[in-house]
Amino acid sequence: MTTQHITVTVNGEAREADVEPRLLLVHLLRETFGLTGTHVGCDTSNCGACTVHVDGRSAKSCTMLAVQADGAQITTIEGLSSGADLHALQQAFWDQHGLQCGFCTPGMIMQAAWLLEQNPEPSEGEIREGISGNLCRCTGYVNIVKAIQQAAGTLSAAESAPVVAAETTEGVA
Amino acid sequence: MATDMHPQTTPEVGGMGHSVKRKEDPRFIRGKGEYIEDVNLPGQLWLDIVRSPYAHATIKSIDSSEALKVPGVLAVITGKDLEGYKLHWMPTLAGDMQMVLPTDTVMYQSQEVAAVIATDRYAAADGVAAVLVDYEPLPVVVDPFKALESGAPVLRPDRGEDKQTNHIWHWESGDKAAADAALADAEVRIAEDIYIPRIHVASIETCGCVADWDPVRQHLDLHITSQAPHAVRTVIALVAAGAGLPIYEHNIRLKTHDIGGGFGGKVPVYPGYVLAVAASFLIGKPVKWIEDRSENLQADSFARDYHIHAEMGATRDGKITGLKVKTIADHGYSDAAADPSKFPAGLFNVITGSYDFDNAFVEVDGVYTNKPPGGVAYRCSFRVTEAVHAIERMVDILAHEIGKDPAELRMQNFIQPEQFPYTTPTGWEYDSGNYPKALRTAMELIDYDGLRREQAEKRERGELMGIGISSFTEIVGAGPSHSFDILGLKMFDSCEIRVHPTGKVLARLGVQSQGQGHETTFAQIIAEELGFPVSDIKIEEGDTDTAPYGLGTYASRSTPVAGAATAVAARKIRDKARLLAAHLLEASPDDLEWTNGKFSVKGSPDRFKTIQEIAFAAYTNHPPGMEAGLEAVDYYDPPNLTFPFGSYIAVVDIDKGTGEVKVRRFVAVDDCGNIINPMIVDGQIHGGLTMGLAPALYEEITYDELGNNLAGTFMDYLLPTAVETPAWELEKTVTPSPHHPIGAKGVGESATVGAPPAIANAEPRPASSEGRYAASPRRRSTSRRPAAAPSAATGRAARRPSAGRSSASSPTCWIARSCGTWTAGTASSSWSPATRWTAIRPSCTRR
Repeated sequence: MTTQHITVTVNGEAREADVEPRLLLVHLLRETFGLTGTHVGCDTSNCGACTVHVDGRSAKSCTMLAVQADGAQITTIEGLSSGADLHALQQAFWDQHGLQCGFCTPGMIMQAAWLLEQNPEPSEGEIREGISGNLCRCTGYVNIVKAIQQAAGTLSAAESAPVVAAETTEGVA
Repeated sequence: MATDMHPQTTPEVGGMGHSVKRKEDPRFIRGKGEYIEDVNLPGQLWLDIVRSPYAHATIKSIDSSEALKVPGVLAVITGKDLEGYKLHWMPTLAGDMQMVLPTDTVMYQSQEVAAVIATDRYAAADGVAAVLVDYEPLPVVVDPFKALESGAPVLRPDRGEDKQTNHIWHWESGDKAAADAALADAEVRIAEDIYIPRIHVASIETCGCVADWDPVRQHLDLHITSQAPHAVRTVIALVAAGAGLPIYEHNIRLKTHDIGGGFGGKVPVYPGYVLAVAASFLIGKPVKWIEDRSENLQADSFARDYHIHAEMGATRDGKITGLKVKTIADHGYSDAAADPSKFPAGLFNVITGSYDFDNAFVEVDGVYTNKPPGGVAYRCSFRVTEAVHAIERMVDILAHEIGKDPAELRMQNFIQPEQFPYTTPTGWEYDSGNYPKALRTAMELIDYDGLRREQAEKRERGELMGIGISSFTEIVGAGPSHSFDILGLKMFDSCEIRVHPTGKVLARLGVQSQGQGHETTFAQIIAEELGFPVSDIKIEEGDTDTAPYGLGTYASRSTPVAGAATAVAARKIRDKARLLAAHLLEASPDDLEWTNGKFSVKGSPDRFKTIQEIAFAAYTNHPPGMEAGLEAVDYYDPPNLTFPFGSYIAVVDIDKGTGEVKVRRFVAVDDCGNIINPMIVDGQIHGGLTMGLAPALYEEITYDELGNNLAGTFMDYLLPTAVETPAWELEKTVTPSPHHPIGAKGVGESATVGAPPAIANAEPRPASSEGRYAASPRRRSTSRRPAAAPSAATGRAARRPSAGRSSASSPTCWIARSCGTWTAGTASSSWSPATRWTAIRPSCTRR
């Protein structure tokens, strides 16, 4: 099978690969680069578990070819934060019990991150509309909406300040 | 023991009643969970599956030659290949048989036909596309009622000469003569056909496995999406033994990793798992199978698909006097339900619900059709969803029939708090409950009277607004070993706790989280019982080499059964800790008292040893004659099931122009006994309500007359998004289970069970009496009742097959009446419920 050489920047790191033209971006990320935080939940772009950022825009990586991402900047869930630090959305999903099985969570967080970049102070209706391309089977969305609201507050309060956990739930992990 | 929602431990300890943030979340929010598709082994091959485009067809030939020329394709496995190992059929958890791969006939669209093994997933898919299969289509049986007609094609000729029929089994419960008499004498008698649609769990992670047979060590590692790993290991060992393969149970290790939602769909053993194991065994390399969404929706076990006919009798003022229910259960081509073996229709006979009346009779007949095998207990303790929907619809219909408010009618008929323990007419002993309190709480929270006024005003203006109530009783926590087993495996569950010298704890359980938060909640039970902080307790599940044997997580059984095992194991440790503390304090064990994680001498509170000090002593300073260490294991056999309950009220608005139904408000008052983690309980209810909303308004798998699946992708199978899902409003009442060690009842499925009838009952009632009752607003047209009586055997329609209760082949039950009786399908070709339906069709008709 003929292959094509591509260069992408994934989570700030330049990566290269020889790929079949038909290789899906999600498989490049998961299987070639070992970034298994991005998941596949359907064949039809409905569930959004595969959501990543491509050149700053939310994209469903199961519906994009790797060769289409040649030269692109890609951010996955693994690149949203580093070390012990958490992105405001990651912290908020934890604080608000915005996840259960966790399978949709990376895609949901990436979509929410893009939503908040586009609309830093969304209404509840705008949040629900904004994540309607991402399916969650566990949470009933209630706590996902709360988490996105918490993160919106955190981010707008102090863009560069350290993230502080909300006092909504107690205890330690 | 906490008996209310006020925690007895500090937040730092985090015992019961604390909303401890989940211990499993840090890996998930970073994308560091390890799901089945994330498992990759050196030298791993990929398996993909050729599937049938036909719902029923003869396989004339399978030509693999072109596929084997595809670069990367190593092998194509067919049913003929498996037949050589006697692996082409396998047992289902319900004791039926299903094909791993067919040798001659396919039975449903998307059935597995051949497996392609290749070096990567793309090559495997290329191989699938290159396998040429020559089919000859056969007549398709889609409608379960037509399946029972004489002359219908017999779908399972393999079952023996006396079973050449599509009738699988008959099961019944209760007192038929008493129910008949009660209905005959009733001042008011109503009847209704209710179809509970075929749906799918559609967890966002599909199923898959990586099978790794090591021919040198003669060892199988099977990484698998399973809610019941121990039971699956045993099944694999038994199947291998039957096939004469050297795959023995002590050399099989299942590991589940993180599971991306299960909901009952990851209980069965699917052909893909067996194919991966067979391929790894044949090739000697790891083989990975990950199904895609279409395969998941089209071939994995479905749920529900119950065609219910219910009749209810009552006095003119609304006191229920009797209930009769007759049901056809469409199981597809094989009964692959995961029901306990003595309950082929699950716990459907909990159908008398929250109401106090004496006479009930329920019967169910399982039927084969050309659809995928099933059905699983989708977030439901074995057909309880179907039962609750039926009784809650009937109560509402009765209310309308006699002109009484449905809330008032429920209050009138509720089992009262002082009647517990309460034995139902089908034999269940409800442990505890306070149904009026739950309904009153819901009515106050939503301002029920105000809503009825608003509804009346809107009706005057011609606007459509509906208010629906559901006051459900669940039955969960299967179950007591005298009645409950799956394939003979008793339905106990287990916990093993090890306390390390430094006061850190490892606990392993026989159940399997799929998102429920077991790593947190079971740690909280141990924290409650022993005083170790939650942060010092690690929970492990899903490794059959290390975890104690258990039957797994489904039917809301984790907290009722394994949670009880956890508490009991912890108490065994506390008993030994008392002896250790007595040794350390030079006191009599009887002179010690236990408070807040330490034993102190009665009357001398400054003389104490903490549980951490005691743990250290267990390894460094244990008294002569005592075994070292601080460990315990418990295999818990519950004395009864638990009976969570609740009252839900839905408010819907319907657009008269478009017919769109919008759930404006939904109040859910749940009572699951004592609560371990309020945050997690709320999360379980949120999710369950959404899974109840889904079949009421959006989700259904339908088939055309050729057996084509019409909802085989997420384009057609409509999971609710955040837009359709309302902002659920929750409240709790707490009525502890009297027999559970921590008073808990389980909560994972209550909302899935309770929500659909609340939405269905919210259908606005027109002023005229014409056409009122659909299963749900959207399900109006889904009655499967044939228009005409198709069978000549009308007179025998209601008769049970002759091999009835007294037959040696008919298992009896140990709980009086509760599990009913059932018979394997015999003499059933004349069984025709459709004709009965026509004969007793009530005056009310659908729009």
